Amino acid sequence: MTGGLSSIQLVLGDEELLVARAVDKAVAAAKEADAATDVRQYDANALAAGELAEMVSPSLFGGRRLIVVRGGQDARKDVVTALLDYAKHPDPDVTLIVTHTGGGRAKALADGLRTAGAEVVTAAKLKSHRDRVAFVREELRRGSTRGSEEAAEALLAAVGNDLRELAAACSQLLADVEGRIDAATVARYYRGRAEVSGFTVADAAMVGDVPGALEALRWALHVGVDPVPIADAIADGVRTVARVASAGRGNAYQMASSLGMPAWKIERAQRQARGWSPEGLVAAMRAAADCNAEVKGGADDRGYALERVVFAVAAARNGDSGRSGQGGPGRTDGDGTGRPTDARAAARAAAAGRGATGTRRPGGSR
Amino acid sequence: MADVFADLVGQEEAVDILRRAAAGAVAILDGSGTGSAMTHAWIFTGPPGSGRSVAARALAAALQCATGVGCGECTGCRTTLGGTHADVRMVTPDGLSIGVNEMRALVLRAASAPTGGRWQVVVIEDADRLTEQAGNALLKAIEEPPPRTVFLLCTPSTHPDDISVTIRSRCRVVTLRQPPAAAVASVLVSRDGVEADTAAWAGAAAQGHVGRARRLARDADARRRREAVLAVPRRLTGVGACFDAASALIEAAEAEAEAAVAEADTAERTALETALGAGGTGRGASGAIRGAAGQLKDLEKRQKSRATRAQRDALDRALVDLAGFYRDVLVRTMAAPVAPVHTDATSLAEAAARKWSPDDALRRLEAVLECRTAIEANVKPRIAVEAMMLSLWN
Repeated sequence: MTGGLSSIQLVLGDEELLVARAVDKAVAAAKEADAATDVRQYDANALAAGELAEMVSPSLFGGRRLIVVRGGQDARKDVVTALLDYAKHPDPDVTLIVTHTGGGRAKALADGLRTAGAEVVTAAKLKSHRDRVAFVREELRRGSTRGSEEAAEALLAAVGNDLRELAAACSQLLADVEGRIDAATVARYYRGRAEVSGFTVADAAMVGDVPGALEALRWALHVGVDPVPIADAIADGVRTVARVASAGRGNAYQMASSLGMPAWKIERAQRQARGWSPEGLVAAMRAAADCNAEVKGGADDRGYALERVVFAVAAARNGDSGRSGQGGPGRTDGDGTGRPTDARAAARAAAAGRGATGTRRPGGSR
Repeated sequence: MADVFADLVGQEEAVDILRRAAAGAVAILDGSGTGSAMTHAWIFTGPPGSGRSVAARALAAALQCATGVGCGECTGCRTTLGGTHADVRMVTPDGLSIGVNEMRALVLRAASAPTGGRWQVVVIEDADRLTEQAGNALLKAIEEPPPRTVFLLCTPSTHPDDISVTIRSRCRVVTLRQPPAAAVASVLVSRDGVEADTAAWAGAAAQGHVGRARRLARDADARRRREAVLAVPRRLTGVGACFDAASALIEAAEAEAEAAVAEADTAERTALETALGAGGTGRGASGAIRGAAGQLKDLEKRQKSRATRAQRDALDRALVDLAGFYRDVLVRTMAAPVAPVHTDATSLAEAAARKWSPDDALRRLEAVLECRTAIEANVKPRIAVEAMMLSLWN
């Protein structure tokens, strides 16, 4: 047998990187067992049933073979039948690997191979943040380096959620860094925030964290988030806090149905609602509505309109009537460079490290 | 039957201008005079409901009238008013804007000679919805019109935001005024057989909008919606209540718009699918519909635009009612000798007037008007209405 490799493998999932890795691993194992292994790759949707029979039939010259059928979810019906027939009586000299997203037209193929006793390798998309942190740490561990949880968090914030990019960043770090990798090491090579949404801006603005909100706003604009959803998110932040605050204290789970929003959102809004007065909320909502008109063509500079609303919301929270706090974003900017109005200026600021430190989170420990 | 101008309520001056234009048109046709009362391009302006499109239609009918005065009885008049005359083209946008392609096609058709030997008439209702490009395409035609082609445009005003100055400068303007409540009421009584006191109430509440007055007098749903809107000021007791009221207003507008367009949407879609060969059986039937996705998508896009417009219109009606209430309050606080808009909500307005100063009432009225402007500027309706409600409360 091929070195403990089972003769049929099903790579189930739609995360490309993990699928590619599973296939590579199988190929490497087969080559290790027999360097002369003949590796052939096929696309399932271009495959005819007859071809399959030819692929798996014994060769005149003998030798092992490894056949990779990619995109099993797109296989035609007769190919599915042929593959399942073969799975019942596999050839010991042939290793068959089928990749499959789990859904698609030929969903029956995945189920059939599984019941036929194929070895299943899962390659599903990593959905939760925790899974991605674990992936990064595992990635660093493969390079026999320990990476701290903070380092993984920092890398995720800076690189984003795409596994390929994360894997590439990890291998780059492993090549560059000797010894342990921690948050400071990551910060030396990666700066900035890859995935910032309007909600990050709104959350910071609602707790009065002006620097945090402005920082998130710059990053959001820098990575190409459209100003309109950011403005909507700010209005949504004010609305949520106003509705939760006016509903009074209470159990978030009990209020969830009457307010029509999920309990976690209510809990967060209850925390944010401290320090808000009804008059402040009125001023903030008005600022948010003005901003909504401004980002839709009412203002010459949409980024500036958003900065102003961040200041107005913070001022409204502090009991200012909402207008005097807009003296000028440049004043509290911190970097003293004024506001980078175009992407290039923002990029320069980021490159010079003045814009922000990539690991800082609004409201978190500094 | 009365002549074609009878539908114009309380617009004696405008009707006079249009009658003379029709007479001038006859003079041009038979070569008996210069017909200086007639010209090739007209703009009808006036507040919503004053009858801009009615006036345009009436003039179109008078131009096609066999007797030349708009008798309302000949084939020309009847087919024009019915929208089936071969030489009268109506542009009634049900979406958010009139695009350049539509206007180019129209200009091409307008260049042809009238088949009936009288006039080629193009009526553009809601000419304020012309996009800039569409306006320029139309301008070319209005600048150098074919001899027998007449353009009739309807806009709320001749402000450059509504119609470009270049078009306006090439047109004769007919200004319609807001018809007095009494005139609207008398029309409701004489033509629709509404009871006198209901008519008086609806005439006032509709603020000069003839169609809206008719709907209020005859449609129970419209009355219910108006009552819900007028109940809003009393319900604003706190921040939470403001958001609830905003939510209720938006949802009511959405429901009204949904009801207005849903039936037409399905009917149009089915008709298009049938035309494209959906639901057929036999060889090639499935292939026929395969390439149709693009056309169906186009239709969906148009329908979405129409739904958005219907929703904004519904919301706007509610906001106008609300503005009327705050206007009544303002009138009360100033003790001005002006008739109230909402004759059935006078006690409520009285109570509010005792509590608020004129400043307060004016600020609230302006908040409602600002909200209308904001929605027109494409602000998310929910956000604009929420901000308004909070301003009304505070």
